[in-house]
Amino acid sequence: MKDIKHHLTNSLLMGYAAGTLPEAFNLVVATHISLCDECRAQLAEFEAVGGEVMMRTDAMAMNADALDIALAALTDSPEEVQIKAERAGIFPTPLADYVGGDVEAVRWRRVGGGVKQMILPTDSGATVRLLHIPAGASVPDHGHRGLELTLVLQGAFKDETDRFGTGDIEVANEELDHTPVAEDGLDCICLAATDAPLKFNSFLPRLAQPFVKI
Amino acid sequence: VNENNGRMAWVAEVNAIREHQDKQAFARLFSHFAPRVKGFLVRGGAAPDQAEEIAQDVMATMWRKAHLFDPARASVSTWIFTIARNRQIDIIRRARRPEPEDLPWGPEAEPDQEEQVALQQDTERLGKAIAELPDKQRELVEKAYFGELTHAQIAEETGLPLGTIKSRIRLALDRLRHAMR
Ligand SMILES: [Zn+2]
Ligand SMILES: [Zn+2]
Repeated sequence: MKDIKHHLTNSLLMGYAAGTLPEAFNLVVATHISLCDECRAQLAEFEAVGGEVMMRTDAMAMNADALDIALAALTDSPEEVQIKAERAGIFPTPLADYVGGDVEAVRWRRVGGGVKQMILPTDSGATVRLLHIPAGASVPDHGHRGLELTLVLQGAFKDETDRFGTGDIEVANEELDHTPVAEDGLDCICLAATDAPLKFNSFLPRLAQPFVKI
Repeated sequence: VNENNGRMAWVAEVNAIREHQDKQAFARLFSHFAPRVKGFLVRGGAAPDQAEEIAQDVMATMWRKAHLFDPARASVSTWIFTIARNRQIDIIRRARRPEPEDLPWGPEAEPDQEEQVALQQDTERLGKAIAELPDKQRELVEKAYFGELTHAQIAEETGLPLGTIKSRIRLALDRLRHAMR
């Protein structure tokens, strides 16, 4: 995608390369990279750093029979090369794997204000959900207790900082309070991950918070 | 020049596996890389037995996936690192590892020799740059990859150095995209 303006941060790319991010963040990172060659190239760089760190670390002798075991286990048939078909829907492969298909396979649940979500199963370090925000609707005004990644998959939203179009990712932290509003036109579909509950600034969303697990 | 030849020599070993299932090439790669994978995993907190097992697994994966290795996009050490990292997440953290969608890639997209050499040279330079960092900075980079820094801690360290190989990898990606037209 050529017109992506908002990218992953270096710290996220390094964490993803090192393999130390929670699974929920890994999913958002992998999905953005599927759409963005800029970040794909940056990631390759951070993986090269990882390779060099590995090569600099003190080696540790393998068991005496290790090579024999390895040779005995080799099979003659290499894994098949799978030629990728062009993506038909709006979900890149890593996301489609978690949903079990493209957007029509999502099991949406209403969370109020016309907004719908589906929480995707991951390990416990952070949570990730798909959000469906009708054109013109907004997510209630909120702040963040940790990190929030929001990747746009369809449509666009605006907040106090900028406009985020398809493929763009917003990286929000404790310092940002915002009210994301979906643009007119297509409904906005986002993939959003957080490692701490949001801080809603009005009473009603706060009341609903335990039920929708945001 | 010699060290770069070393990197191209590892590429040749992987090619020998891909093209004629060369077990001697595998043995040479195993002797060089398996102890380093094991050392890296143990430094990152794995028990030696488990690290041995994962290192075995990584080398077997390398054998099975030799045909997927693209020396215009990664050096052998980078590639083996990514395999080791994924197995570590799988086995030690017991989590799924979502991976970016593969770029469309078929046998017709034959890597260009010059691009391969350039990428291998760049990785060599990156390795040297890491070796020559001030101790404190180098230790921070190492800690990030041993899993000793959280994302927030990495984000705080604005001085973490970045490599220089971005433009080459970008070129290689453009070539791949082009080959699909
Ligand atoms: Zn990007
Ligand atoms: Zn937010």
